[in-house]
Amino acid sequence: MLWKSLSDVAGRGAAIVQCVCFMDVFSNHVLQIQQCIGPSMLPTFNIRGDILVTERLSVKLGKIRVGDVVMARSPSDPRMVVCKRILGLEGDTITVVSDKGGSAKIPKGHVWLQGDNFHKSRDSREYGPVPSALLQGRVFYRIWPPQGWGFVG
Amino acid sequence: MGWALLLAKRAAIGAMIGIAVSDELVSLARMQGSSMEPTLVAGKSLMEGDVLLLDKFPGHDFGFSRGDVVVLRSPHEPQYWMVKRLIAVEGDMLRVPGKRELVQVPKGRCWVEGDNANVSLDSRNMGPIPMALLKARVTRVVWPLERFGRVESILPTGRIVAHGERPIR
Repeated sequence: MLWKSLSDVAGRGAAIVQCVCFMDVFSNHVLQIQQCIGPSMLPTFNIRGDILVTERLSVKLGKIRVGDVVMARSPSDPRMVVCKRILGLEGDTITVVSDKGGSAKIPKGHVWLQGDNFHKSRDSREYGPVPSALLQGRVFYRIWPPQGWGFVG
Repeated sequence: MGWALLLAKRAAIGAMIGIAVSDELVSLARMQGSSMEPTLVAGKSLMEGDVLLLDKFPGHDFGFSRGDVVVLRSPHEPQYWMVKRLIAVEGDMLRVPGKRELVQVPKGRCWVEGDNANVSLDSRNMGPIPMALLKARVTRVVWPLERFGRVESILPTGRIVAHGERPIR
């Protein structure tokens, strides 16, 4: 009797472990659902948090293009994930419109991230070009709010 | 037919669990390049060189300590990984050989150097790098057996003049 119950528990436990592993691998390597909160991507995304679907493949294959919206680890705070648009790739020259002004050539292996909200975004204008190794994925679909449902361009 | 499908299913589940463990817990890696000699030794091909045990836990909350040997994504060549020693973290003021001024490590960045100072390309060339690039801590060499043992977290003395938490003003 006890053996059968232990065997049941082990079976359920194994199923849970497999489920957790599947979700972990799927969200790290295929698709992830994330929220983008804050004003930096207005008017594209709302302040209070849109729910977005990020695909991992483009970043892994190095097929990111100017204009893509991406999720990335912040160079100024490793615990933070930021949502910004790619305005330049390695080798591009960016003309920086800010207090410091001037232009910057994006070094090898780096990208220029900028929020759509010109005035209220902390991005490459502040922390410089970002290593593309910090990019997590490309945002390609919005699933919340309902009126914003659809592809992100 | 039944057994082939069952085998495929078991293999897929095994691979998935293996990938999850390797991403989040521990994994193995083969050392390449001589930038960490003599601590870690590489071979002339992928068949030779130290096999390292990587601890993925510090990568979750970035709980790396000064002196740890770390595995990180290369800032200039994102398809490559680097193995270096973590020398300083955000806020630290450190002495850099060849520079007169002290370097302060900016917020969110860190300073890494290879033990083999003569050949290593590291923060001395490229400056402080984002801490978010650090993905794992090297805890042990597991192969070859003659070199089996812990990889110690050692901070070279005299480099850090002030710690981030207690700035000297």
